[in-house]
Amino acid sequence: MDPLISIENLYRYYGSRCAVRDLGFELHRGEVLGLLGPNGAGKSTSMNMIAGNLAPSSGRIRLNGLDLLERPREAKAGLGYLPETPPLYRELTVDEYLRYCARLNRIPRGSAAGAVRRAKARCGLETSGGRLTSNLSKGYQQRVGIAQAIIHDPAVVILDEPTVGLDPIQIREIRALIRELGKAHGVILSTHILPEVQALCTRVLILHRGELAYSGVLGGGADEGAASLLIRLARPPEKPLLAGLPGVEAVETLGQGRYRLHLGAGTATATLAQRLVQNGWGLEELTPEQPGLEQIFVRLTAGEQAAP
Amino acid sequence: MILTIASRELRSLFLSPLAWSLLAVTQFILAWLFLVQLDGFLQIQPRLAAMEGAPGLTDLVAAPLLDNAAIIVLLLVPLLAMRLISEELRSGTFSLLLSAPVSMTQIVLGKYLGLLGMLAVILMLTAAMPLSLLAGGSLDPGKLAAGLLGLGLVLAAAAAAGLFMSTLSPQPAVAAVGAYGLLLFLWLINLATGAGGEGSALFAWLSMSTHFERLLSGLVRASDLAYYLLFITGFLALAIRRLDSLRTGA
Repeated sequence: MDPLISIENLYRYYGSRCAVRDLGFELHRGEVLGLLGPNGAGKSTSMNMIAGNLAPSSGRIRLNGLDLLERPREAKAGLGYLPETPPLYRELTVDEYLRYCARLNRIPRGSAAGAVRRAKARCGLETSGGRLTSNLSKGYQQRVGIAQAIIHDPAVVILDEPTVGLDPIQIREIRALIRELGKAHGVILSTHILPEVQALCTRVLILHRGELAYSGVLGGGADEGAASLLIRLARPPEKPLLAGLPGVEAVETLGQGRYRLHLGAGTATATLAQRLVQNGWGLEELTPEQPGLEQIFVRLTAGEQAAP
Repeated sequence: MILTIASRELRSLFLSPLAWSLLAVTQFILAWLFLVQLDGFLQIQPRLAAMEGAPGLTDLVAAPLLDNAAIIVLLLVPLLAMRLISEELRSGTFSLLLSAPVSMTQIVLGKYLGLLGMLAVILMLTAAMPLSLLAGGSLDPGKLAAGLLGLGLVLAAAAAAGLFMSTLSPQPAVAAVGAYGLLLFLWLINLATGAGGEGSALFAWLSMSTHFERLLSGLVRASDLAYYLLFITGFLALAIRRLDSLRTGA
């Protein structure tokens, strides 16, 4: 299957400063790609380029097999974009605004009303149709922004920090929506929040100083995932006994019966848990820790401050 | 697609109190001027009746009204045009247009048509005043039509210049100031012709008022129409180029 997005050798300069350097990746249908990076790493610049808001200095962007630079109109027809601030016209109501977006995305007049209704239903805006967008709360404005991005059922949806400024319940709802979008569309998502990436994304790219610093797949099998286990024991044994368990490479003592077990590659969490119980140490808590996206992120981006 | 953008623009203009207050103020001032002209005409009417080939109602009431209207709309159009693009750049809504399957030309033409729709309302309201004289007098329809065409062209030209200025800055006020400067300069540039000398013919040609005055006196010349059409296409092309360079620019 052809990739929905394919990006090759993308560069972008602001004057002599290079904001994005030699970026390249592919996105397939059914993937949710998380774009991570410290501030100023080039996330928004990259997204703006893929969404056609900014022309790259050099390189190639293909959306759904169509070159964005050579055939921009056809390529953009399959694209939905939510920028950092939702692009709302303050003086329009939600219905008027979404109808305008539908028409702008070449949805024929007859089916525009249906498209508006579907987009509102997907984003939980059924009862807000008659309200002015300027009177909505931040979370609802964000939803209208997402509704705008998916109204024409695009193959590619690009969301720049979609959950920023939302309350925890709204975050859950938006995440559920993004997960659902990821089934039928290709989604690119940028965020500062690492757990969000782990909760939503199938793949992650980390940008640092405009360059692709890391690319990896998330959400594989549970066993291959865990790099360490956080456990609490009611009757903790001597530390060497814990360290002697098969598959455990190192043990950290955290106090009050808590330990972190660093696991070797390919260690099954289930067998280890069984041993802990069989040894009668009173296992009270066991938390598998993901293969340190945070560690990767910190290792790649710390030490040297990101360019302003 | 152009019409979609134009109708949204027109709708937003009429949803803002700015457009309504500008319409009201313009209409009030023009009505005042109109009444003053009419009053003056009524006072000298007995003497005019005795004269052979005296100027009529069109010359003494309609033409001065349209002349004044042109100055007033020059003050008005930058205020209406300033927010066309710069507001969208500032609030971030412009990216909605950029990521939609529309070309830059369509965006600019759509915005321009939307503003023209608003200006057409102003033109019609202005035209209604001299036309109301038909109730009790007679007008020279050809002359009035030429004058209205002139006013319409001045409006359209000012709108194009204002649209271009609003692509230059995300601050609407800066765009308005720029448009004022440009329009007043182009309106007054023919004052330099009084001194005579090398450039005076060029200055006279460049001036919007030279071309407008000929239309106002009932003289419709292809060269004057061409001036306005060149003016409009020139500034629209500049606006398109400017927006393209915003996307690619460093």
